[in-house]
Amino acid sequence: MTTDQTSAVQMTNDHKVGAQRKPTLAVWKFASCDGCQLTLLNCEDELLSIAGAVDIAYFPEATRAVAEGPYDVSLVEGSITTPHDAERIREVRAMSGTLVTIGACATAGGIQALRNLTDVYEFRSIVYAHPEYVQTLDRSTPIAAHVDVDLELRGCPIDKGQLLETLAALLAGRKPRIPTYSVCVECKKRNNVCVAVAHGTPCLGPVTQAGCGALCPSFSRGCYGCFGPQDSANLPAMTDRLRAQGMREPEVVRLYRTFNTGAEAFRAESARVATHPAAAHPAASTQTTRGSAEEAPA
Amino acid sequence: MTKPGNVARTVMLDGLQELIDALLGRGYTVFGPTVVDGVIDYRPITSVTQLPQGWGDVQDNASYRLRRRDDDAVFAFACGAQSAKPVLFPADELLWRARLGGAEPEIERAVDDKPAPPYAFLGLRSCDLAAIGIHDRVLSSRQFGDTHYALRREDTLIVAVTCTDPAGTCFCVSMDTGPVPRSGFDLAVTELYADGPHRFVVEAGTPRGEELLDQVASTAASDEDLVAAERVGAEAAARMGRVLDGTNLKDLLYDNTESPVWDDVASRCLRCTNCTLVCPTCFCTSITDASDLTGTTAERHRVWDSCFSEEYSYIHGGAVRESGRSRYRQWMTHKLAAWHDQFGSSGCVGCGRCITWCPAAIDITAEVAELRRLAEQRQRPQEARP
Repeated sequence: MTTDQTSAVQMTNDHKVGAQRKPTLAVWKFASCDGCQLTLLNCEDELLSIAGAVDIAYFPEATRAVAEGPYDVSLVEGSITTPHDAERIREVRAMSGTLVTIGACATAGGIQALRNLTDVYEFRSIVYAHPEYVQTLDRSTPIAAHVDVDLELRGCPIDKGQLLETLAALLAGRKPRIPTYSVCVECKKRNNVCVAVAHGTPCLGPVTQAGCGALCPSFSRGCYGCFGPQDSANLPAMTDRLRAQGMREPEVVRLYRTFNTGAEAFRAESARVATHPAAAHPAASTQTTRGSAEEAPA
Repeated sequence: MTKPGNVARTVMLDGLQELIDALLGRGYTVFGPTVVDGVIDYRPITSVTQLPQGWGDVQDNASYRLRRRDDDAVFAFACGAQSAKPVLFPADELLWRARLGGAEPEIERAVDDKPAPPYAFLGLRSCDLAAIGIHDRVLSSRQFGDTHYALRREDTLIVAVTCTDPAGTCFCVSMDTGPVPRSGFDLAVTELYADGPHRFVVEAGTPRGEELLDQVASTAASDEDLVAAERVGAEAAARMGRVLDGTNLKDLLYDNTESPVWDDVASRCLRCTNCTLVCPTCFCTSITDASDLTGTTAERHRVWDSCFSEEYSYIHGGAVRESGRSRYRQWMTHKLAAWHDQFGSSGCVGCGRCITWCPAAIDITAEVAELRRLAEQRQRPQEARP
């Protein structure tokens, strides 16, 4: 239900820099860990600029002062997991000009979307003495499954630079530069050595959307896919490579089922591998890698 | 190897240090091969001790591993992880910055965070030298040149080396670019480490190189050294790990735009863009503008782009090349066919990086061979069916 990014830009055209009234900013929390909101608070060097550019009208994590809506820009963290939240997000949408979802929970359902794969009511009866008092939905869903979203910022947590870029773009009435290509682009821009090729480390970078600045590979770790699938992710081909690097099917499934387990490309591929663990990727089963030996000796 | 008329001298490892010192003394930032995080790549260096002495590499589809050599060679590896591209044509180039102070915005020529030019390269391979030649043609010899590239390139000094131990993914012989540097260098080095003392035959290719060579302790290269230098180059040429059959390659690609090869390769391609980012000749970029929170500073950047990303072909209404099939076909057809029409040469120099660094283990030489096999099979249906 994500609308085109240009509509987000148009909505702020009447309060560009220099206009009399500062745009108002609200920050909302749904099912989440608060880490993405903390990313905003962690903008220490830029907080004064932010406070100078916008009126922070509603941000319970930071201040008890509350200004009445409607709000020009709403940042929404978290997924929808309760009937109450499914109602509340509609109210937030109604009182927001531009609605930006922030983080893996808000954009893909988060780690709590693991419940989508099993019976949440059974969990509830095991965990709580009186499960009848706990109202919960059987699925964790992204905000865009409930209301129109103008822009999504991926990540677990989101990237501070992308958040600042988004705010700056909304203030200037321009399109935010949020690339949808792979993490590999960021590795190469940083002159990182490819951990998959040079170290044999399984890495989800090729199928994961950029935005983190290739954080994990910069520390010689494989990418965990925090930013969800890139725009052209070829998951079956990724699975083939993870297998070639020695990963077994349960490990592959587990790798796809983390913070973005609910993102469609990851969800579909993890389901495929889990259902048919022995069946190779349709194309891979009929051909071998051309050229010489697959892996050179270490 | 040495051209008639070029000065050729023999230098020891100490002399190589004197060469580096002479370059540093002239204000150059010297990029040389060094071991970084499990690979050999070019970084600013100041000493021969930073060279990958005793290290070689093993490269294959989607795999790069360092290996210990049983000699003290400093240049006996195949091409580095990256070429000269990240230095001469950076991934992110700040073009200009504008500040709104008074009534009118001030536009300043940006000072970026890149190492200070001029640059010198030590140990560049002939494949990468050929790639620089292509970039010169594409980026600075046409009507609208790339000023930033041209300025950086103008003062760049190149000390090339003969590749003596090519990797499994190398095919510069097929592309006629190596393994012996033939032109485009100020100095060309051939390392001799198999017999006799560890030494380097250095040939000057420009007056600037000759003048530099005068600053280094050296002896006139003996006939034996010249013969030995020629021999190691010829031996390396015979040890290419890959072959790319260039016979009628342009027509092969133009005539087979609907080959099933494209579907097959697309099923394996991750659309990660690595092949284009490590290719020493891929030059596609995008221009991005950004403003800050206060709306008083704006910047324009030129950033690397790739025909494997969806945004690359985005025009009003959507992406022109939505499928992996169309993207791989576009890349390979441009590189090996359309490049000839556009720039008068192939866009491939045979460095093999797109093979080594493709995390999906796709091999351009194997894809060409398969394209050719299927095309020939179609032309000779009788022979194809036993």
